[in-house]
Amino acid sequence: MAKVLVVTSGKGGVGKTTSTAALGAALARSGDKVVVVDFDVGLRNLDLVMGAERRVVFDLINVVQGDAKLAQALIRDKRLENLSILPASQTRDKDALTEEGVARVLAELREKFDWVICDSPAGIERGATLAMRHADLAVVVTNPEVSSVRDSDRIIGLLDSKTEKAERGERMEKHLLLTRYDPARAERGEMLKTDDILEILSIPLLGIIPESEEVLRASNVGAPVTLNNPDSAPGRAYFDAARRLKGETVEMTIPSDRKTLFGKIFGRRAA
Amino acid sequence: MSLLSFFNRRSSAPVARERLQILLAHERGIVGGESDLVSLLREEIVALVRRHITVERDNIQVKMNRGGDVSTLEIEVEIPSASGAPIAARA
Repeated sequence: MAKVLVVTSGKGGVGKTTSTAALGAALARSGDKVVVVDFDVGLRNLDLVMGAERRVVFDLINVVQGDAKLAQALIRDKRLENLSILPASQTRDKDALTEEGVARVLAELREKFDWVICDSPAGIERGATLAMRHADLAVVVTNPEVSSVRDSDRIIGLLDSKTEKAERGERMEKHLLLTRYDPARAERGEMLKTDDILEILSIPLLGIIPESEEVLRASNVGAPVTLNNPDSAPGRAYFDAARRLKGETVEMTIPSDRKTLFGKIFGRRAA
Repeated sequence: MSLLSFFNRRSSAPVARERLQILLAHERGIVGGESDLVSLLREEIVALVRRHITVERDNIQVKMNRGGDVSTLEIEVEIPSASGAPIAARA
């Protein structure tokens, strides 16, 4: 039974695209058939983070408008054969996405994949509401920072009112993914703690992704952090989150990057 | 750096937490609670006014403004006069 998952946040720059790519690759690694869909029309970046930017021929809007078949627009990942990406259009306007067209494409993707992961644009405008509209569950990406928490609260309100599931009177399943977390600063009282944020937003926790250099290193080379360095702290945190999405019970920990003596000496070199 | 500023610097997270709790309680009241209380009030006020005055539904505005200390309920009813020019009544 396919699941449509929206990765959303309201605020920009908190890690939606990074998390879409990392969770998508982690779920694909576990053997599931996964497609990651970029809804950020005009500002697409999922293709770049996935390292597929030079292979884009057709995009989501071409498929929505019937100018291309779904199979022509899907790009198969070169590292994992059961992972695909459906890019957004870089040149078109977000108004080119129609609700009926998006519904039709998502229905078609549901038949081909186990997971359809929709990378929402920032904001609460058309692109963001269309990305969440047909979702079965949502991952709300939040930084431990006041503006991000406020925007997440707003997005949770929209998930509970503006989605098809909410309109049918069903409960929208929502999960909090806390990113760029620095446990040392939280412990010193310089950063909101996980419990503070959980208490304020009152949705269950999917995972805590620690602040790490590995995230930038992975996007530099165009690979999800879960493929580029699966053993890194964010890599392990995303793998744990993906297992929880599949219904497994995994103890909640905040992985840290182990620094060996060798790593400490040579750690500053450019990757 | 004085001892006081040393401790102040350390305790910014509880401030963030408190500010968020107050702000979100307020915003949820506007966004979420609006549909419940204000729409209920609007329905009952519209019914009450129309029982006594012939007035279009769209000419009755009910607004709730929530402030820190005082919240106000604004009711604006546009009543058509005999000559055709509307007379606005505000409460």
